Amino acid sequence: MQLALHLADSVLILAQRNAEWCGHGPVLEQDIALTNITLDLVGQARSLYQYAANQKGGDATEDSLAYTRLEHEYLNGLLVEQPNGDWAQTVLRQFFFSAYQSAYYTQLEKCTDKDLSAIAEKSIKEIRYHLRWSSEWVIRLGDGTEESHSRMVQALENLWSYTGELLEPADYELALGFLHPDALKQEWQSTVRNVLEEASLTYPAPAFMHTGGKYGRHTEHMGYILSELQYMQRAYPNSQW
Amino acid sequence: MRTALNDTDKKTIYDRLETVTDPEIPVLSILDMGIVREVYWENAVLTVLITPTYSGCPAMDAIATGIRVALSDLGFAKIKIEQQLSPAWTTDWMSEEGKEKLRGYGIAPPLSKAQSCQPALFAAEEAVPCPRCGSWHTKRLSEFGSTACKALYQCQECKEAFDYFKCH
Repeated sequence: MQLALHLADSVLILAQRNAEWCGHGPVLEQDIALTNITLDLVGQARSLYQYAANQKGGDATEDSLAYTRLEHEYLNGLLVEQPNGDWAQTVLRQFFFSAYQSAYYTQLEKCTDKDLSAIAEKSIKEIRYHLRWSSEWVIRLGDGTEESHSRMVQALENLWSYTGELLEPADYELALGFLHPDALKQEWQSTVRNVLEEASLTYPAPAFMHTGGKYGRHTEHMGYILSELQYMQRAYPNSQW
Repeated sequence: MRTALNDTDKKTIYDRLETVTDPEIPVLSILDMGIVREVYWENAVLTVLITPTYSGCPAMDAIATGIRVALSDLGFAKIKIEQQLSPAWTTDWMSEEGKEKLRGYGIAPPLSKAQSCQPALFAAEEAVPCPRCGSWHTKRLSEFGSTACKALYQCQECKEAFDYFKCH
């Protein structure tokens, strides 16, 4: 249950952040690309919240879990709640997350819980597109002009300290026994190292990493995200499109 | 308890399901798409098991409603639409007839999975022929097109931009 909420919250909050770009993308094709990725993430979140609602029982629904919990009940990592910044920061955040999600869901697919395994199997096909698209953007900007390179360097500096948490499993992630943290870390680091190198960016030296999101301790941004995300359900409870 | 449909019901139901289409691609029936896994009775409830294409595809809700309406028209009172995620939907399940319908509609049909699905970074996908003039001289404009399932291409011969239904 906590695991499913953690996974669901991570994709929902990233989707909410990416959706802020809707109608504001640098060019039409990339606006559409990012919103399509967002749609995939919302779809994944729905499957995971439906699963969590079944586990929880009672009158819990996918909507009540997504829209009516309090800030400290959300278990997403801190990376996904970081602001969009410029396009460089947005695509780098997506890249860090997709690289993580790709490695993580490959392991989740082998989970003995057949519902979670099916969600992973379904999602991973979408994640591969996201990883490819975001990798290409990190390389294009990092290895592009002086301006785009310096923006990527800044984005890396802004986001790096939120990546460590992805690779440090919470106790509830280990309970089902599918997760191999060392393999996860290795795969993520190798994907990131290759792309950063290709992008003429330096893989950062070991540094302080923020943690807490997986246990409900969030950065100051989270409250603002939720007030927007939850507004309709709080103002008009149980409203539907 | 789950029971199979009798032959008469099966024919009537599948004939009717052939008329339910994806709202985004109205030339394709849900049978062409390979979305319908099975139809059976579950304790006197007519149950349709479907596999969603993409997790967040907004057409899925419309398709589920379409199925419900089509089967109610046939006089079935209790209808349930169940989703099955695994095995995950793949464009390999699309019928050959469906692929031809797509081409006729101006959308390049998906390549078969064995050819190429995950090209290297920046590499173009294996050549996708233009659905209008048939030329193989085409290029990808964007990995993501008008819907999650499509990419945007342009023919270098006839200059027409077209959607490619991504291999998935």
